[in-house]
Amino acid sequence: MFKKFSPSTDIAGQTPVKSSVQRAIRAAVLSQWKIEPETLEAIWPKKEGLVHVKCREHISIYTVHGEPLIIQHFDGPYYPTLRLLHKYPYILPKVGIDRGAIRFLLAGAPMMCPGLTSKGGYLPPADAALPAGTPVAIHAEGKDNAVGIGLMKLGSEEMRRINKDVGVEVTTYLGDDLWALKAL
Amino acid sequence: MPSKKNATPANPAPATEELEGPPPPEPVSPVQVLYCAVCSFPPEYCEFGSSLTRCKEWLKENYPDLYDKYYSENALTAKVGTLSLEAQTKLEKDTAKKEAKAEAKADAALKKKLASQITIKRIERNKRKHVTAIHGLDAFGVDLKKASKQFASKFATGSSVTKNLQGQDEVVVQGDVSDEIVDMIEAGVGVLKGIPVDNVEIVEEKKKKGGD
Repeated sequence: MFKKFSPSTDIAGQTPVKSSVQRAIRAAVLSQWKIEPETLEAIWPKKEGLVHVKCREHISIYTVHGEPLIIQHFDGPYYPTLRLLHKYPYILPKVGIDRGAIRFLLAGAPMMCPGLTSKGGYLPPADAALPAGTPVAIHAEGKDNAVGIGLMKLGSEEMRRINKDVGVEVTTYLGDDLWALKAL
Repeated sequence: MPSKKNATPANPAPATEELEGPPPPEPVSPVQVLYCAVCSFPPEYCEFGSSLTRCKEWLKENYPDLYDKYYSENALTAKVGTLSLEAQTKLEKDTAKKEAKAEAKADAALKKKLASQITIKRIERNKRKHVTAIHGLDAFGVDLKKASKQFASKFATGSSVTKNLQGQDEVVVQGDVSDEIVDMIEAGVGVLKGIPVDNVEIVEEKKKKGGD
């Protein structure tokens, strides 16, 4: 989503968000991420207004003090930015890719099932299966920090069964143009 | 905005957090992730970046223990892990290639920067009135908006960033101030620091005959 992104051409405008909408976003984030209200309060204090940065192709970025925190595509799920995820790694469910897939991910490619189901990859066990359409943190074999954030295209069980084609669509990854932007 | 380089992992977030801790359930404090100052990745991902050698040097200098963790002999052998030897060598080759490419690109960008021209154009508005258009400042990393602000306050005239006919941004200052601007660039005042004077060129644009 952010492989090519330049603030001067891709941002349509910045507006402060209405407090009623902020409440809705806060509630949605609390229900979608595994985050405690206190922690969310610490990263996004109630008093600080959220700023909505509207970008091309229905991408919305929400910033606090110019620091991008939340990404949304159209009216899909809310994603944290990768820097936020690095600070609070537990807020999204994890999947892992094997070492061979890292360089493809860093080039912006979607993650194929074999990279997730192989020995180096990681998928949650069957009793904690992830349905399709969940935002996930993509971790890499042998690394501590997440390397990207993606959206499950297939359920984790389905992935094991089919083991072919795209498993996780990549939203943002280490080294893309959003990563390069520290402030908006 | 002063971009805080990621050499300092201590960002202001945790400080404010500790202050506002009165609600009984304390907020979970953020994990401080160290980012490489060279490629901005967490150091464990440097090997996939395009500046591995420089990243390695930086890490060795600043965080020798981490350097040992990531690049010592057994770390390297452990890393190969599930990958076959073939794939590993290919990966290394790719990284080297990428690095060379990035270096060449940086070189080219620098050359271009050195070769790029700044044009100061005096444009006739009326018989005795001129505006001065400065084009090409952005190649030297000058924030055009700030530059225009600086000119406006220095000359006490109007100054703005506008698109010229080719659709490129340039700074337009009211009044004929081309010589003064050359002086300012020479002295490197404010945002105009570090621009070689040799690249500055003054042109004059007369209004066409019968224009008015």
